[in-house]
Amino acid sequence: MRLKYVLSEVLVGLWRNVTMTIAMIITLAVSLTMLGASGLMYRQVGDMKDLYYKNIEVSIFLDTQVSDQQRTDLDAKLKSDPLVREVTYVNKDEAYKRFQEMFQDAPDLLSAVKADSLPESFRLKLVNPEQYKNIYDQYKDTAGVDEIVDQSRLLDKIFNVLTAIQNIALAAAIVMAVAALLLVANTIQVAAYSKRREVAVMKLVGASNWFIQAPFVLEAVVAGLIGSLLGLVALIAAKYLLFDGSLKALQGLLSPVTWSDILFMFPLMAGVGGLISAATAWITLRFYLRV
Amino acid sequence: MTRPALGGVGLGSPVTPRRLTTVIQLEQVTKTYPKASRPSLDNVSVSIEKGEFVFFIGPSGSGKSTIIKMLLHEVAPNKGRVLVNSKDVTAMRSWKRPHFRRSIGCVFQDFRLLPNRTAYENVAFALEVIGKTKAVARRVVPEVLELVGLGGKEHRYPHELSGGEQQRVAVARAFVNRPLILLADEPTGNLDPDTSIEIMRLLDRINRTGTTVVMVTHDSNIVNQMRRRVVEIESGRIVRDQARGVYG
Repeated sequence: MRLKYVLSEVLVGLWRNVTMTIAMIITLAVSLTMLGASGLMYRQVGDMKDLYYKNIEVSIFLDTQVSDQQRTDLDAKLKSDPLVREVTYVNKDEAYKRFQEMFQDAPDLLSAVKADSLPESFRLKLVNPEQYKNIYDQYKDTAGVDEIVDQSRLLDKIFNVLTAIQNIALAAAIVMAVAALLLVANTIQVAAYSKRREVAVMKLVGASNWFIQAPFVLEAVVAGLIGSLLGLVALIAAKYLLFDGSLKALQGLLSPVTWSDILFMFPLMAGVGGLISAATAWITLRFYLRV
Repeated sequence: MTRPALGGVGLGSPVTPRRLTTVIQLEQVTKTYPKASRPSLDNVSVSIEKGEFVFFIGPSGSGKSTIIKMLLHEVAPNKGRVLVNSKDVTAMRSWKRPHFRRSIGCVFQDFRLLPNRTAYENVAFALEVIGKTKAVARRVVPEVLELVGLGGKEHRYPHELSGGEQQRVAVARAFVNRPLILLADEPTGNLDPDTSIEIMRLLDRINRTGTTVVMVTHDSNIVNQMRRRVVEIESGRIVRDQARGVYG
C-alpha cells in the first residue's frame, strides 16, 4: 500500500513539472552519453594498445653498403640481447615484396621504386615495446646501421589523439553533469515546495523521514535512469551512424566497437545517473525539508 | 487567588486522575533564540500529570509557543531538560523524532488541513503515512469523525466546511492515533466565541478519555469557563500556576 503511494507520488511529481522534468532528463542523457562515450573510448584505447603493441616492430635499416661481416655481427648481437624477443631479417627482395603488398593500390609508386632501392633490415619485437629508447641508443652507432624506426612512436601520436578525445568527452560529461544536477536540485525544490503542506502534515503526525523523502529521491532516480536509457540509445545510434557508417573506412585502424562494449557501458551510465541524481535530491531535501 | 467555579457552559468538573504519572516535565529550562536580547524561557520548571488539562497563558512573545515547540522536539533548550513520558526529549536523536511524534497529537490555529483532500482523507492520510493500512483507516477514521461530531460530513472538502468544522477535522487527525498528549496551539484563535466553546467541549471530551491536553491560548473567556489548571508565563518566567485558574 505504501509502495503504491510512493510510486504514484513519483509519477505525479514528474508529471507536475513536466517541462522541467524533460530539461532535466535531456541534460542527464547528454551528460551520460558523454560519460558512456568516454568509457567506450577508454576501453577502445586499452584494446588497441594491447593489439598494436603486441605486433609492434622496431626496424633497424641497414646501410646499402653493409658488409656481410657487419650484418652477421649485428644479427648475433640482437639475438643475444635480453630486450629483444624476436628478430627477423628482411632482405631486399622481401622488403620489395612487402612494399608491393602495402602499396598495391598505388601502381605509380610501385613503378617508381626498384627492388634494389629498398634497404635490408632487421625487424625486432621487443620484450617491452616501451624500451625502444634503449635499443635506439645501443644500436644507432653500430657499423652498418643506417636508421632505426620505431612504429610505436607513430602509434603514440594516434593514442595521444584518442586520449585527448576521450578527455574532451569526459570534460563535456562533467560540465553537463553539473548542469543536470542543478536542474535535479531545482526540480526537487519545486516538488518540495508544491508538496509543502503534505510534508508539514507528515512531519507533524510522525511519518518517518525515509517515507517523506522517498518520493522525491525516487523522482530523481527515475529521471536519472530514463536519462541513462536515452544515453544508451544515443550510443547505439552512434555505433550505427559513425562506426558502422562514416568511419567504416577506419575499421582496420580502430578496433571494432562491439554491442557488448556498448551494453557494458549501460550499468556504468545507469549507476552514475541514478546515484548522483539520488544524492543530489537527498542533499537538496536536507536543505528544503529540514527533516 | 482561586475563585469559585461558575459552571460556565456546563463542562462538568475536571477529571481528577486516580493515579498520578508525570507525562510532561520541564526541568529548569532556559531557551534563548540566537540574536534575542532576553531568553524566551528563563529557568522554567513545570510538570504535568497524565490526564491533566493545562492552559498556558500569557501575552504574545512570552514563550508559551516555545514550550509547545520543545515538546515537539522542534526546538532544543539551551539549559535544562524536557521529559515527555519519562523520556528525555533534549537528548533524543533527530532520527527518533518521527516515532516520538506519533505519541503526540497537535492542533493549530490555522488547522493545517490538506485542501485537496476530504475530511475523511485528511484523517486517513495521517494514518497511512505512519504505515497503517487502508483497512485500519476504514475502520478507525469514521469512528473518530463521529466522535468529533462530523458524522455525515466525511466527504466534504475543507473549503466546504466551516472554520469550526475544519478544526474538528484537525482534532480528529490529531486524536486518531490515540496519542498520550494533545497539544493545542491557540486552537480557537480563528473561531468565533460560540464555535470556540464547541471546540473546547470536544477537547474536554478527549481529555476525559485520559489524554493529557496542553493548550496555549489568549482566550480569557474560555480559560475562565473551563476552570482548569492555568500556567501563566510572562517574559519567559512562570508567574502563576493554579489548579483551577482563571485568565486573571
